[in-house]
Amino acid sequence: MPEQKTVATTGNSVVAEAFRQCAPDVVPAYPITPQTTIVEEFAKFVAQGRVHAEYVPVESEHSAMSACVGASAAGARVMTATSSQGLALMWEELHIASGMRLPIVMANANRALSAPINIHCDHSDVMGARDTGWVMLFAETAQEAYDNTIMSIPIAEDPEVLLPVMTCLDGFITTHSIDRVQLMDDESVSAFVGEYKPVNALLDLDNPVSHGSFAGLGGPYFEFKRSQREAIDRSKAVVERVGAAFSELSGRPFGLIETDMMDDAEVAVVVIGSTAGNVRHVAKQLRAEGVKAGLVKVRCFRPFPYAELAAALAGVKAVAVLDRAESFGAEGGPLYLETRSALYDAEHRPAVVNYVYGLGGSDVKLELIRSVFTDLSDIATGTPALHGPVYLGAR
Amino acid sequence: MQQLTEIRWHARAGQGAVTAAKLVAETALAADQYMQAMPEYGPERMGAPIKAFTRISPEPIDIHCNIENPNVVILLDDTLLDVVDVAEGLVADGTIIINTCTPPDAIKRALGLADSITVACVDASGIALDTIKRDIPNTPMVGALAKVTGAVEIDSVKSLLAKTFGKKFGQDIIDANLASVDRAYEEVTTA
Repeated sequence: MPEQKTVATTGNSVVAEAFRQCAPDVVPAYPITPQTTIVEEFAKFVAQGRVHAEYVPVESEHSAMSACVGASAAGARVMTATSSQGLALMWEELHIASGMRLPIVMANANRALSAPINIHCDHSDVMGARDTGWVMLFAETAQEAYDNTIMSIPIAEDPEVLLPVMTCLDGFITTHSIDRVQLMDDESVSAFVGEYKPVNALLDLDNPVSHGSFAGLGGPYFEFKRSQREAIDRSKAVVERVGAAFSELSGRPFGLIETDMMDDAEVAVVVIGSTAGNVRHVAKQLRAEGVKAGLVKVRCFRPFPYAELAAALAGVKAVAVLDRAESFGAEGGPLYLETRSALYDAEHRPAVVNYVYGLGGSDVKLELIRSVFTDLSDIATGTPALHGPVYLGAR
Repeated sequence: MQQLTEIRWHARAGQGAVTAAKLVAETALAADQYMQAMPEYGPERMGAPIKAFTRISPEPIDIHCNIENPNVVILLDDTLLDVVDVAEGLVADGTIIINTCTPPDAIKRALGLADSITVACVDASGIALDTIKRDIPNTPMVGALAKVTGAVEIDSVKSLLAKTFGKKFGQDIIDANLASVDRAYEEVTTA
């Protein structure tokens, strides 16, 4: 295992470091809170000559993703970062990136969407992008944000995948807090991500191709979409393989889902992102009090690990799914819908309840997590489960 | 040292609370501890009251919520005593460290604090003006923190200061900052 350097720094700072180590050819970006310091630090690396990338300071996020699409189609390794309204402004380009099968890697600082205006953490921005055909990885900590960013390159560029990857970290909580992080050396990361060999590059003049052509009525549009579906389905094995290889290299675990204390758990919480830490902390306390509490953290949301999640929840009596985003008009939040779907074919189906929490950065206090486990213990002993999302801690 | 130390910083924007929280975090790392340091983000205006938070632990830190019940509260500006509730949520045997010329027993009486709470006072602004020649009380306050709580080691604070300031400043500024840490360490008084 190569020697690693332990540092005290922010999530954004280590994502910028991962960008530099992945050596992209082109980084078009537009700053937005709380993503700004990623592109600011990366731009500094370019100015210092520490990375040989074309940094394109564009005039909007729509232009940022347009430039990513153009550069990636030309045959460049392309990375960018955004957040919230910026991701929303990229919308049509997100579909174009995945439809053109461009292995762009984008970091997203998870943040609430307007209105009302709010710059703090939730998953409304990224969850809205869950059907845009991007692979989506989520980080609990700055360490995972760093690791996920590096893993995103070989996942995106795998010939079996060729899809864009979004690597998501919680705004402010992860982006701006100083945390203890281990960094790999440049050579190890460089060897791990490998050299980019573009497929169907526009600048490959010996093999002329066209990208994003008209595929109207009677054309191959329908079949294109099926091939995209097949690619993201295949990506699951690739995410696992790349994760295992990175795990070997770094000594840190990686799973599509990661479980804690689930072997004999009777009550469990399914959650994404930084709140997994709060849940782990409370579950450990409850274990000491004799409650069989467990945690399932979803680290890869697209492709969604249905079978793995169902298996992890197989012996559980009551499950709470914590969503940091709404799906207005649906039965519950996006993670809840996926979890219920994962359990439909299960032999034993536990009671499942949904909590919407932490919107707009609302603090996820430990007593709130404790109250979720108390509800679960009640449900496990016969109290009927609630339907529709509970707004956890809302005044 | 206890399992988890949680520190809340009160300051006015521009006084270097975030830099101090960062210095403490890096000192903790140098002692092979785990740490978190997070400013509370809001509208940023010079002179406005701000908060920052630091966690230090010998074990990995899982929690990512705000610090509600700090072990230590640090005030970089005593004019904030009338503005914020410094003792809010402080644990029963907690410590408050204040940059002030007022003696700690007077502060304790004025705030009506329980006997179990330790109040520590140091004229960090005066020390900064003497040594650094500017009213930047953040580094001397870290010296006071080292003395009063032992959450960080004074030698470790000084060697990190020398290292981080060494990249940006000349030896005279480094020496002035080191002197400010030493003086705060010596001069802080408790009640």
